[in-house]
Amino acid sequence: MSVSHSDVKQAAHLARIGLDPVQIDHHLQDLQQILKLVEQISAVDTDGIEPLSNPLDAIQRMREDLVTESDQHDKFQPLSAATQDSHYLVPKVIEQVTTE
Amino acid sequence: MIEQSFNELASALRRREFSSVELVSQTLKRIETVDAKLHSFITINGAEALAAAELADKRIRQGDTAPLLGIPIAHKDIFCTDGIRTSCGSRMLDNFIAPYNATVVDKLNAAGAVSLGKLNMDEFAMGSSNETSFYGPTVNPWDTNRVPGGSSGGSAAAVAAGLVSATTGTDTGGSIRQPAAFCGVTGIKPTYGRVSRFGMIAFSSSLDQGGVFARSAEDAALMLQAMCGYDEKDSTSLNAPVNDMAGGVKNSIAGLRIGVVSDYFDEGLDTKIAASVHAALAELEKLGAVLVDIKLPMSKLAVPAYYVIASAEASSNLARYDGVRYGYRADNPVDLEDMYKRTREEAFGTEVKRRILTGTYVLSAGYYDAYYLKAQKVRRLIRDEFIAAFEQVDVLAGPTSPTTAFQFGAHADDPVAMYLSDIYTTAVNLAGLPAISVPAPQVDGLPVGLQLIGNFLQEDVLLRAAHQLQQATDWHQLRPPLG
Repeated sequence: MSVSHSDVKQAAHLARIGLDPVQIDHHLQDLQQILKLVEQISAVDTDGIEPLSNPLDAIQRMREDLVTESDQHDKFQPLSAATQDSHYLVPKVIEQVTTE
Repeated sequence: MIEQSFNELASALRRREFSSVELVSQTLKRIETVDAKLHSFITINGAEALAAAELADKRIRQGDTAPLLGIPIAHKDIFCTDGIRTSCGSRMLDNFIAPYNATVVDKLNAAGAVSLGKLNMDEFAMGSSNETSFYGPTVNPWDTNRVPGGSSGGSAAAVAAGLVSATTGTDTGGSIRQPAAFCGVTGIKPTYGRVSRFGMIAFSSSLDQGGVFARSAEDAALMLQAMCGYDEKDSTSLNAPVNDMAGGVKNSIAGLRIGVVSDYFDEGLDTKIAASVHAALAELEKLGAVLVDIKLPMSKLAVPAYYVIASAEASSNLARYDGVRYGYRADNPVDLEDMYKRTREEAFGTEVKRRILTGTYVLSAGYYDAYYLKAQKVRRLIRDEFIAAFEQVDVLAGPTSPTTAFQFGAHADDPVAMYLSDIYTTAVNLAGLPAISVPAPQVDGLPVGLQLIGNFLQEDVLLRAAHQLQQATDWHQLRPPLG
């Protein structure tokens, strides 16, 4: 599998990382090298082998459906670049529509 | 006095030879002088440390004999500390002051250890050299032209230079063991889930594990003992009894079966390091351990499998840094997408971007099965091979790293060469096993690490073997020639 300039551009978009074309080329070269290293695992016979996501085969622990968190607005919100009336502010995402 | 062991310091404090406040003040002064060159600290919290030392002195006067009481330590800057900046070595969190403590921080505070500050590290723990830190790298105390290793480079260097008695670190693919080897200190990564990950900034959640750096296995045991245990705030925390690590180190290792992993002594290993590691193994044999040859052929697949899994999990974990609730935010965004993209472009370093892009690629439609799922299957093969090996032996042994500390810039243009620095360490994380790096004889004036890998939950066995080795040898007592 070969990776292309547009693959890296798409990955950067999915990951929401701004990159200019020169940086994309640089990352393309790195990714090609990394994937060459990763090719080693392609040759391994893994027929019938289950994927392992937790080394101790642990499963997600369940707990009572109870509220355990307290309201900590005052402690958390000062960490944000922009808040107002206990909301986090971001650039406007919905365009204002003016009607006649 | 900071050169003394935990036990020596604790008894001196109890005998009132000096107070914790005096010990901490002197230590802070030494950090001020030595760390200008070393750069192992990102943040020093002198006022908070002195306040904690006063509390410790009070507890000592009241007859409290907790082993870490009043002793100076420091945390890798990946553990959240309430009211003190936690940067994770990144511009992204340069302004981040956590509103809560990591469980590890709470536990060590409760034990009375006095934290002096936050230690330098590769950005988001992604690196093997400390060169990816936003704050500039820590240097190796043995040779300032060389890296201290990574990602917990500051934690290793601070202990090696005698700035603090012990430090916390984290190990996702070797980030405790490799810097411990490069700096000539003892570093242990416990079983996955032993130490709570709550408040420990996530890199790769199925691999990350907190651990310890100290000047001896005995000190490491005391420190780790205080950090381990079940935590309901971490959904992967192990609900299993914790062995008596600190008390168990004094027991003999006669009859301990050590499997020497022949695959770890391949052509990629520096021959002088091979000789050093064999010399350390010969000492263990003299102490009654039985050496057995073991083959782990799947281990050679660990680095490629690791870089798929770790990068995939990193791309997912680091999606949270969007500039909205905390951390860096780009100035004057034209719209939301521009805010996300420029925030992440401006505040992540090159290596972090590389891992996120790699992870996003291997998780994206059409590649998921070929890369991510395949790597998870190979992960099972690697782990099962370890399980089979532990039916024959108690401990596995080999070098920690294929080289001694390399020079700054040595792998600047070759990320894969940097990744191969972790060739003997990543398999352990994939398998979730505990492992320790202990000093072996030096090579050309630079430290070398012997890696011992234990079966699940058997940190006590590793610490015992390491302590017995350190009782019989003095490699761990060598100190770098710093002021």
